[in-house]
Amino acid sequence: MKRILPFLPPLAFLVLFLVAWQTAVRLLQVPAFLVPSPISVFAEAWNSRADLVPASLTTLAGALAGFAAALVGGTFGALLFSQARWIRSSLYPYAIFLQTVPIVAIAPLIVIWCGPGFASIVLVSFVLSVFPVLSNGVEGMTRVDPQLLELFSLHNASSGQILLHLRLPHSVPYLVAGAKVASGLTVIGAIVGEFFAGYGTRHPGLGYLILQSAGQLRTELLFASVAASTVLGLFMFLATGLAAKWTLSRLDEPGSA
Amino acid sequence: MGVAVENALIQAKGLAFRFPKGTVALSDVDFSVVAGEFVSLVGPSGCGKSTLLRLVAGLIPATPGSLTVGGADPKASRGGEHRCGFVFQSPTLLPWRTVEANLTLPLELENVSRSRSREVAADWLSRVGLSEFAKSYPAQLSGGMRMRVSIARALASRPQILLMDEPFAALDDITRGRLQEELLALREREGFTTLFVTHNVSEAVFLSDRVLVLSARPGRVIGTISVPFGTRRDPDLRGEPDFAHLVRGATHLLREAGS
Repeated sequence: MKRILPFLPPLAFLVLFLVAWQTAVRLLQVPAFLVPSPISVFAEAWNSRADLVPASLTTLAGALAGFAAALVGGTFGALLFSQARWIRSSLYPYAIFLQTVPIVAIAPLIVIWCGPGFASIVLVSFVLSVFPVLSNGVEGMTRVDPQLLELFSLHNASSGQILLHLRLPHSVPYLVAGAKVASGLTVIGAIVGEFFAGYGTRHPGLGYLILQSAGQLRTELLFASVAASTVLGLFMFLATGLAAKWTLSRLDEPGSA
Repeated sequence: MGVAVENALIQAKGLAFRFPKGTVALSDVDFSVVAGEFVSLVGPSGCGKSTLLRLVAGLIPATPGSLTVGGADPKASRGGEHRCGFVFQSPTLLPWRTVEANLTLPLELENVSRSRSREVAADWLSRVGLSEFAKSYPAQLSGGMRMRVSIARALASRPQILLMDEPFAALDDITRGRLQEELLALREREGFTTLFVTHNVSEAVFLSDRVLVLSARPGRVIGTISVPFGTRRDPDLRGEPDFAHLVRGATHLLREAGS
């Protein structure tokens, strides 16, 4: 009971909000293509479940693949960056480019390079979410205790041994924090990717569905798709949060694991 | 001072060190340590004591010829007969490794086989009285226990020289006293040579055969105190008049050094 308690206030607010929305739409007789009522959105979601469920799965697959690529790419990038100050200073500006470039500006370019379809979607999701993993990883790998570095060099450790036995394990909590930030971004990346390249996947994803339903003024379906992408993002964030908590609890109290 | 000793294991002659930013840490340091000796370095803070230890360990390069370990450049002693073990100010254990795995780390780095390094670790754990904590993590140990692990780790690769950089400074009085006695017993059994940095004069006198007093920065040796109490020392020695006399003498030297 105590575990559910913190979820009650936001849930109550949601219910209240939906009731108010429904009443307002009814009383003011707002046309459905402008603002559909929650009930009609739910009805549309149920009727279009044959489209919505595969679309959600497609987007989830794109987000997960982008996330995996960001974790692997970010970690390897951080390993590379940790090797020397000159590598960091010559490549870091380009890493920051990933963080600051408007993704909608380079997404069309990615589609030109990789073609419409899954690959482009994953790449957009990767570009959007790799930076937090990379920057946190670099932080974790370079902020090791200088005395430990001395200990390693006293025993003639190779840079590979330093990486494996010191830098990498030390960076785990940092990488986990980066992954938490990246997890939410991956869904955004997948949906933006689908805006540009979604017509190339076997099952259209949520991003493509959003474009399509907006074009056809099927506002109920649009709302349902947006709701589904929100749920996806929440799912990614919460799942990563749980995984992070589990990993860190093992690190904090390794004896109890 | 500045006498070259024939059979010195560590020999510094006109040793100087300047940090890259230009601060002179040490200038014209002369001393020698013979095998099996326990020598302490005391001096005002910032006098370059820790730098001196790092030079002996070969962690920072000394001017060629000004410092030799076993007759050769300090860095050349690594992995060889005259290798050094280092105990830092803090225990510097890897928090994600068990006590046992922390002890095997130096051996792993030197590519000693897994089974052999486990044997060595178990052996050293029993010597420092921590056998039952082999599978514990550093966070689960007290400060004194962590320092014991750190000392065992430094000794596990069988160094001829043990370098200690204010290892007991962060411990409470009782733990510090006990660890000092344990260190003496270890040294008597294992026969390693020790260079021990501290700012605690009575600790230096209690542990050492010789105490070198360093001047304020740039550090150089301004006095040597021989401690004639042999290798086996009773904890009660700390209350003896002879002991107090030596501590007083060293403290006077140190006070002059600080000004």
